Amino acid sequence: MQVQVMLRMIGGMRFAFPPYRRRRAEKRSAFRLLLLVGLLSAVPARAERILVSNEKDNTISVLDGTTYAPVKTVTVGARPRGILLSSDGKELYICTSDADHIEVLDLASYTVTRVLPSGPDPELFTLSPDGKTLYVANEDDNMVSVLDIAAAHITTEIPVGIEPEGMAVSPDGKTLVNTSETTSMAHFIDTTTHQPIANVLVDSRPRFAEFTSDGKQVWVSAEVGGTVSVVDTATHKIIKKITFAIPGIAKESIQAVGEAITPDGKLVFVALGPANRVAVIDAQSFEVKKYLLVGQRVWHLAFSLDGKRLYTTNGVSNDISVIDVDDLKATKSVPVGAAPWGVVVAP
Amino acid sequence: MTAEIIIDNVIHRWAALAFAVLASCAVTAPAVAQQSPAVRIGYLALAVKRSWPLSYLDQPPADEGIQGARLGLADDRTTGHFTNQDFELDEQIQPDEAAVTDAFGKLVAAGARLVVTDLPAPLLVKLADSPPAKDAILLDATQTDDSLRGENCRRNVLHLLPSRAMLADALMQYLAVKNWRHIMLAVGQGEDDKEYAEAVRRSAKKFQISIAEDKPWTFVAGARRTDTGHFQIEAEVARFTQGIGYDVLVVADEADNFGDELAYRTTDPRPVAGTQGLVATAWARPFEQWGATQLQNRFLREAKRWMTDRDFGAWMAVRAVGEAATRAGSADPEAIIAYLTGDKFEMSAFKGVSLSFRPWDGQLRQPVLLADAHSLVSVSPQPGFLHQYFETDTLGIDQPETTCKFK
Repeated sequence: MQVQVMLRMIGGMRFAFPPYRRRRAEKRSAFRLLLLVGLLSAVPARAERILVSNEKDNTISVLDGTTYAPVKTVTVGARPRGILLSSDGKELYICTSDADHIEVLDLASYTVTRVLPSGPDPELFTLSPDGKTLYVANEDDNMVSVLDIAAAHITTEIPVGIEPEGMAVSPDGKTLVNTSETTSMAHFIDTTTHQPIANVLVDSRPRFAEFTSDGKQVWVSAEVGGTVSVVDTATHKIIKKITFAIPGIAKESIQAVGEAITPDGKLVFVALGPANRVAVIDAQSFEVKKYLLVGQRVWHLAFSLDGKRLYTTNGVSNDISVIDVDDLKATKSVPVGAAPWGVVVAP
Repeated sequence: MTAEIIIDNVIHRWAALAFAVLASCAVTAPAVAQQSPAVRIGYLALAVKRSWPLSYLDQPPADEGIQGARLGLADDRTTGHFTNQDFELDEQIQPDEAAVTDAFGKLVAAGARLVVTDLPAPLLVKLADSPPAKDAILLDATQTDDSLRGENCRRNVLHLLPSRAMLADALMQYLAVKNWRHIMLAVGQGEDDKEYAEAVRRSAKKFQISIAEDKPWTFVAGARRTDTGHFQIEAEVARFTQGIGYDVLVVADEADNFGDELAYRTTDPRPVAGTQGLVATAWARPFEQWGATQLQNRFLREAKRWMTDRDFGAWMAVRAVGEAATRAGSADPEAIIAYLTGDKFEMSAFKGVSLSFRPWDGQLRQPVLLADAHSLVSVSPQPGFLHQYFETDTLGIDQPETTCKFK
């Protein structure tokens, strides 16, 4: 967190409220302090990088975030899927699903420096706002593992529904949401007691969950159901079920997977899988404003650090698409490895 | 880790879960003070001694079907823990028709009005017409018979596995995409083989595949197990396929009597497809897409063997009941049946799209796998085969052509 802000200040980039939800939760005063610290430190500037996990060739693609030129292709463990940036921005956590563990990739040397336990078949995970705990979905085991990163130790396993996948932590860190694909539920879990708070039935095969920055809603995508359920976190009721319709595309091909909410909270982007589109949704009215044509079988999404571009991983066409967030247009596709899955932007 | 330890762990975890769920119920569902009565699902099968297939390697398991139903029950229960619903499976595997009929009456009388069946077509129709079936629904987990979806269809019967027509269409679509337009058909002596061949003929016409030769396979390889018996088989298959111009040899041999001995023995080098070789099926061992790996793993752990299409049919049947009970929010069989047969029902079963029942014949619409022993080759419907409503309805008998008239 500190390093990211410092780097961006020194790098002369315009101040913008950082796009990651972890960072949105921070207070402005903290930024001012960090800005001061940042100006006093002599940290060399570096452009941002796009990191993509390629589930079929067991690599992480690193692209320059400005030119999109390949920087490095790093070989990691078997079937890398979910990826996350550490809170200091220096490391990448990788769910290597078939290797049954999490690898920690140092982003300076591009070497795997540590291997963390994860429980069987880790697919997606989420990081606590303090950066100390990873919550891991064990797809093959009906469990969510709670991992102490520093100790490299699983402290608790939380039983959930069948095939847990989507993971999200509330901005205050108090609530964990996990989606279970075959049970078709979003499980709300207290992160202190590790006990369930509520279980919300959504449409078939929920794959992804994302909190709004105010923590008042969780958006849950359902792949086979082809919908997004907006769940009120106070009542645990679905306040809106968003459906999609694209002329010329069969209903079965419209499958909601990855989601990304703009830093200002106004728009929600939803990847629609084999429909090869990203839906743009007004976060207030829940209306679908636009469908953007991207590569084939679009999985997951990540914003550039300034929030002006959105990157999508396209699992079948082996590329990422670049979306201009202001113009709502897909502007470019960039080849990566085989079957790209997760995407993260790092400083 | 040994099996015992895994089971121990599971029990331990479920104890924790049960506690957790009880604790959470107090917070989230004060209105439901008590668990509603369990949803009772019947499992009714006629124990059939199936003939030994040609290959030693894949003998039909004695517990085929029921293991899928048991896994479906476990999956229903996991979901039920979070929705305050419980499920029970009343297993009735009977030795003869009279015992099956008797058991059916008892199941329904005991409140199991949702009955998963593994029964031959004539017996299934007989039960569907019997008085106890009036308030019940039969979920046919194992039959591919087209007449059950056609002239012998019944309003109170749903079919989980793809029909022969769907299997044949799945294969013919693939051949059309490959532009392998000419087939030779080798048909076994069994009634099932003849029906499979008929489905292939209908489908070939539909997708403009020509049948260069349509021949019954009559050879009985008496000496197959003797030393050098393979010479005889090879000579026979070469003779059978000699002088015929075709792209693919399509075989209709549902009982696995001879189909495995065609490949590599034909006069011209041609691939084999149909009931052996490249097989159109609801489930296959190499299948691992759309999360299917998880189901394969769960089944392997539970049954200590691979899942077959019949196991998958039974798993889908029990999961369909679970899904309907969850979505209807009720343990009342009436409500579950209404949801199951209503237009809102859909379920996911590791095929990448949602599956639902066709209202005109009770068939579950679904993609069909094309696989050989060790690899998934394709999944139909093939890209480009379009349909007004559901692309999966390009497989099998569509509404305008159905001969099903529900009584």
